[in-house]
Amino acid sequence: MRIACPFCGERENGEFTYLGDASPKRPNFAADSGESPERVEDAFYDYVYLRDNVAGFMREYWYHGGGCRSWLIAERNTVTHEFRSVIAAPGVGAANPVQAGE
Amino acid sequence: MKYSIFSLAKAALSGHKGWTRAWRDPAPKSHYDVIIIGGGGHGLATAYFLANEYGIRNVAVLEKGWIGSGNAGRNTTIIRSNYGLPGNTGFYEMSMKLWERMEQDLNYNAMVSQRGIINLYHSDAQRDAFARRGNTMRINGIDAELLDAVQIRKELPFLNYDSPRFPIMGGLMQRRGGTARHDAVVWGYARAADQRGVDIIQNCEVTGFVRDPNGKITGVETSRGKISAGKVGMAVAGNTSRVAAMAGMKLPIESHVLQAFVSEAIKPLIPGVITFGAGHFYISQSDKGGLVFGGDLDGYNSYAQRGNMPVVEDVCEGGMAVMPMIGRVRMLRQWGGIMDMSMDGTPIIDKTPIDGLYLNAGWCYGGFKATPASGLVFAHLLARDEPHPEAARFRLDRFRRGAMIDEKGQGAQPNLH
Repeated sequence: MRIACPFCGERENGEFTYLGDASPKRPNFAADSGESPERVEDAFYDYVYLRDNVAGFMREYWYHGGGCRSWLIAERNTVTHEFRSVIAAPGVGAANPVQAGE
Repeated sequence: MKYSIFSLAKAALSGHKGWTRAWRDPAPKSHYDVIIIGGGGHGLATAYFLANEYGIRNVAVLEKGWIGSGNAGRNTTIIRSNYGLPGNTGFYEMSMKLWERMEQDLNYNAMVSQRGIINLYHSDAQRDAFARRGNTMRINGIDAELLDAVQIRKELPFLNYDSPRFPIMGGLMQRRGGTARHDAVVWGYARAADQRGVDIIQNCEVTGFVRDPNGKITGVETSRGKISAGKVGMAVAGNTSRVAAMAGMKLPIESHVLQAFVSEAIKPLIPGVITFGAGHFYISQSDKGGLVFGGDLDGYNSYAQRGNMPVVEDVCEGGMAVMPMIGRVRMLRQWGGIMDMSMDGTPIIDKTPIDGLYLNAGWCYGGFKATPASGLVFAHLLARDEPHPEAARFRLDRFRRGAMIDEKGQGAQPNLH
């Protein structure tokens, strides 16, 4: 498995560290939202513990610790290990998406 | 046919022509009291215990490939009960006691070999942690011995004791631990379950659930047609999330690939199981002579049953660090299996929120040693609708309640357990 880092080009996956699924979003309740504690707890339980565990293409966080030290979001097939795209994680850079194989 | 020294001698004298198949190959019936999805060790053990201990014999085990083709045939065959946390300690010791009588119970040679397992320690802090775990085990009636380097050197003279980076200071030994022949465990449970009336149906993939208007699960759709069932139990390891998704359920589980390795066969060298405490590396020697070893997960979600080179390198480095002579042996085979990694590293054996559907999952990479106990407690749950006392902590809602059993202390990061 080789990962096309948008900053460093295609590198072997030993340079990268995996965090996991990029789709869970941290719940954001305003202090005065009036939500019940149960609903807030349910939302955090879902965010922290529950996973879609996709068989197929999945968006996921990788950290390029052996290279540019950027956080990346890859779209990768968990059944075939094929990468569809690797982009910088939002907020850390302005790289354009790099298509796998380019 | 009952296997014994006499049946063996009789068959030998008749040119081994009299052996019959060890289990039937039935077509699926239209209804079963209990359907187990997954013909691995856990599913077959569940069916055996349902029939043998709980008197429920109208049971089918559905397997999409052939039995034992998943993790039951992909592990490193280690059995042990050296756990430290309440919940795990008693459960795995119950499993060890079932291993000790399995061959008599099943009338099948599973080659259970209590050749001992030693976890090496390499620092003062690690020694203290191992001493604590050993004491926890002994308080719970499990055997454990804390050995120093001089004692270990007598038994395992070939290890790298004086490495300047990771000197071996000692180890925690469980002499009742060891290995078992993983395929024979599958075959033994299959044969014993079949003899008690269980239908083992291979090449039968579950493609969906049948539900009544109230949402209760009343059967399964399969590649061999619809089969109705009183209860459905899942024991599908790495495919847990996929099967659960068919019922609309999202679980605290990720699927990850774990690789394992076998060297060419050599003469007897390693007496038991050895684990390296400064990295993640474990090794034993099979009765055929091959060194069987493994290490960490690859670390990324995967359903691919194959891994990548960085972990191969990491595992081999671990081997070289603890046992430099391993560098002279050639690697013969390598493969991957898909682990159902739970969010705290501990299994889930529970009723699901969906009526009629029962879950046995989250075995991480420790499922093989649990095979007999997993079968017993899951059969108990399916038969009685309440958890077995030794599995009472393995509930699905423990994450919601904050009652995790996190043996490694890594938090909700499955690839680190």
